[in-house]
Amino acid sequence: MTEEIFQYETVERSQVKNWHKVARVEDFPVNGGACVLYNGLQIAVFNFARRGEWYATQNLCPHKKQMILSRGMIGVERNEPKVACPFHKKRFSLKTGKNLDETTCDLAVYPVKVEDGYVFVGFKD
Amino acid sequence: MEKVVVIGNGMVGFKFCEKLRAKAPATGINLVVFGEETVPAYDRVHLSDYFAHRGIDELFMAPRSWYSAHNIELRTGELVVTIDRENKQVITYKGEAEPYDYLVLATGSSPLVPQIKGTDKKGVFVYRTIEDLEQIMAFGRSVDRTAVLGGGLLGLEAAKALKDMGLETKVIEFASRLMPRQLDEAGSTMLKNKLEALDIEILLGKNTTEIQGNGTLDKLVFADKTVLDTEMLVVSCGIVPRDELAVNCGLACGTRGGVTVDDLLRTSDPNIFAIGEVAAYRDRVYGLVAPGYDMAEVVAEQIAGDGQKRFRGSDMSTKLKLVGVDVGSFGDALGESEPCVPITYEDANQGVYKRINLTPDGKKLLGGILVGDAQSYNMLMQIMQNGLALPPNPEDLILGNRSGEGQADVIAGLPEEAQVCSCENVSKKDIVAAIKEQNLDNVGQVKACTGAGTGCGACTPMVADIFGATLKSMGKTVRKVICEHFDYTRQELFDLVKVNGIRGYDELLDRYGEGDGCEICKPVVASILASTWNDPILDQDTIQDTNDRFLANIQRGGSYSVVPRVPGGEITPEKLIALGNVAKKYDLYTKITGGQRIDLFGARVDQLPLIWEELIAAGFESGHAYGKALRTVKSCVGSTWCRFGLHDSVSFAIEVENRYKGLRAPHKIKGAVSGCRRECAEAQSKDFGIIATEKGWNLYVGGNGGANPQHAVLLAGDIDSETCIKYLDRFLMFYIKTAEPLNRTATWLNKLEGGIGYLRKVVIEDSLGLAEQLEKEMHYMVDTYKCEWKEAVTNEAMRSKFRHFVNSETPDPTLKYGDLRGQKVPVAWPK
Repeated sequence: MTEEIFQYETVERSQVKNWHKVARVEDFPVNGGACVLYNGLQIAVFNFARRGEWYATQNLCPHKKQMILSRGMIGVERNEPKVACPFHKKRFSLKTGKNLDETTCDLAVYPVKVEDGYVFVGFKD
Repeated sequence: MEKVVVIGNGMVGFKFCEKLRAKAPATGINLVVFGEETVPAYDRVHLSDYFAHRGIDELFMAPRSWYSAHNIELRTGELVVTIDRENKQVITYKGEAEPYDYLVLATGSSPLVPQIKGTDKKGVFVYRTIEDLEQIMAFGRSVDRTAVLGGGLLGLEAAKALKDMGLETKVIEFASRLMPRQLDEAGSTMLKNKLEALDIEILLGKNTTEIQGNGTLDKLVFADKTVLDTEMLVVSCGIVPRDELAVNCGLACGTRGGVTVDDLLRTSDPNIFAIGEVAAYRDRVYGLVAPGYDMAEVVAEQIAGDGQKRFRGSDMSTKLKLVGVDVGSFGDALGESEPCVPITYEDANQGVYKRINLTPDGKKLLGGILVGDAQSYNMLMQIMQNGLALPPNPEDLILGNRSGEGQADVIAGLPEEAQVCSCENVSKKDIVAAIKEQNLDNVGQVKACTGAGTGCGACTPMVADIFGATLKSMGKTVRKVICEHFDYTRQELFDLVKVNGIRGYDELLDRYGEGDGCEICKPVVASILASTWNDPILDQDTIQDTNDRFLANIQRGGSYSVVPRVPGGEITPEKLIALGNVAKKYDLYTKITGGQRIDLFGARVDQLPLIWEELIAAGFESGHAYGKALRTVKSCVGSTWCRFGLHDSVSFAIEVENRYKGLRAPHKIKGAVSGCRRECAEAQSKDFGIIATEKGWNLYVGGNGGANPQHAVLLAGDIDSETCIKYLDRFLMFYIKTAEPLNRTATWLNKLEGGIGYLRKVVIEDSLGLAEQLEKEMHYMVDTYKCEWKEAVTNEAMRSKFRHFVNSETPDPTLKYGDLRGQKVPVAWPK
């Protein structure tokens, strides 16, 4: 696949050097996700409106390497917010990116903030 | 305090520790375990799963912390080199001595490598440990063609592992059949056909005489002078007991290896026991895990219990899934006991072979073989082990109940002492007692409390049946609740939605659920709402499964396929041309589906509305191929053209399909209409099938194809079209309201108490007084139908959701296609 895959790397909120403005709040579905493009990198951004929380992860599901996680259903499992991949229902923590089935790799996750009706995703560069 | 030393930390060695600690507190007996491998005991039976998830953690019998929590000193990576019987101590490779009061040998076995020239060549492997597997995986990356020497249980497991690595795999067996100890010729042939259909070639009756190659192997030579080119060979020809420690310290051993043991698993030294594959009981070594567990139980009883239990030998009964094919073999599988009478059933079409061996008077079951369908394995084992009386027509045992009036009640006939789980030695009595005394309310708890079903798992369906029967006897009902967010069954939620007029997922969650939902309850609720109110599903797009969310079927690579409705499979040339034009314009791969329509693959998410705009203009509607909904009503050409046709099956199929199009249900629904009893529309394999008779129609329900094919059964015979529609309305709505999530009509009908007899009463005789309501509800669904795609393309808000990026107009740049026979196809799954 393309080299973007290897660029995914979890960014802690404290490491953010660049808050990239990705889209307006209303561009994202309520209690669902959408994909944003940042320098060739595909990031899935989730608007967990029911909990008043936003999350961002890599869009690539590590199980079968599909650019798809933004179209996954989100939910909660024992208090852990999660996304389920549409392809084979692999579940990942939205907070940590951890694969909750423990059958595949974990996701890189990115911090999100919302200001003035816009959604920003945090990157290191 | 007494001290027990165990040499060997495999499955049986582990089971011994577990059983000993269950019988005596950690303060009573010191327990030291030596393991030669560097990791704690793991599940060797499911070793090939390691390929699938590459995680050894999942294979561990218990994590390291379990041993410390149970005060067990686990010393992995420490080889014991000597048993000093005189001083009652063992010596490790480091020269350290460890004294014992009791010593348990659980050293297992090593793979048997036959005396063939060239087994030392590079590329030749054995298949036993995680390390073996890692080496196989590493080597396998640089080769394409592989072979397995040995067509027994383990050899076929190894073949599966190689197949899972994407390698070309052949299996070579010396005997004239596969699994020669478990299967007869016919069973082997059926299994062989199934494996070959999965691209695993089987070579039988092949005596390998030499492995050739310059350093690394490149071919095998057989006694019949033929050769096989291969780049890798996995040897799985049987086992050799690891009895070297016993031999060196002078313990008596069997003529074919293994440490000789008595009924109490004692060796010739009363302080030393041997269990598992290293033990030779009556000069026989058992290469299966269940007898090893029985042995562990007997020794644990000797040391920490009343010592009453005896090992009485075991048979080679086993049930497993081999490369996706169910295989069961039990008791006297090959009919070797005299005298005996076999009954066999063979269906080459389905790939099913069944054999049972009976006593000549036809009263007792001695053993049998199941290939392709091993569902009845547990029941047959129970009948054999408990000497239960056979039904008047013993062939019913393998042909199944053909009356369609519900399953025979095996559970009730099972004696209390019947052993349900042979891995953990749990009886029916134990399970029933646990359910009643500890108030268990799901099968998971039953498994956790009793241990039943935690070994090989084969008995889980029976445990579930006992659980259901016990709860029923206690006057409780089994409630299958949706998930952690809704403590309701689907049927209960359905009623709550209807009675309270709830139209939104969040409203239902707020009022009757807890938490924030998940990927299990969201589509269930979405389906219930759609089946009740028929509102546009995209009004709540994020509770829909991905296919419903984008009104198309997601395919490998992340593109979608489009299936317009073609009612009854009838299509005009103009419409065919329109489909072709759309496919050409958007470069879509086209294929005829099994449901008499045309599937257009490879559409990007942003192209979907554009494609549908054109399809709608050409007169097409959504085909709901993406939904758990009515799919197609297939038809044969019927009396309009066919010289045999009795009625116009196409017109009736179109009428029925248009009536139920868009109807959402717990699972997909397929129908068919045949114009005569030749049944060219294959209606009996559908959820509902209508077949023309001289006097009208026969209506069949509850059939399906798929993984567990099942024929539909007759609901009503010789009815007119109007009555047929009326019964269908009632039947479908009754199913939609009462089925569990993702149960098709066949599964639902199998579980329905009273079976088809009860269903006939409800639908035809209106025994529940529901008929009018069911019809009314169906009329509402029919009246409120709208084409979802028409809605989507004309609604700007909905339409704007069909894009890959929200901050860019670019389509997904990772979508990649290749070419196959002149059409585009997605590239293979990336590695």
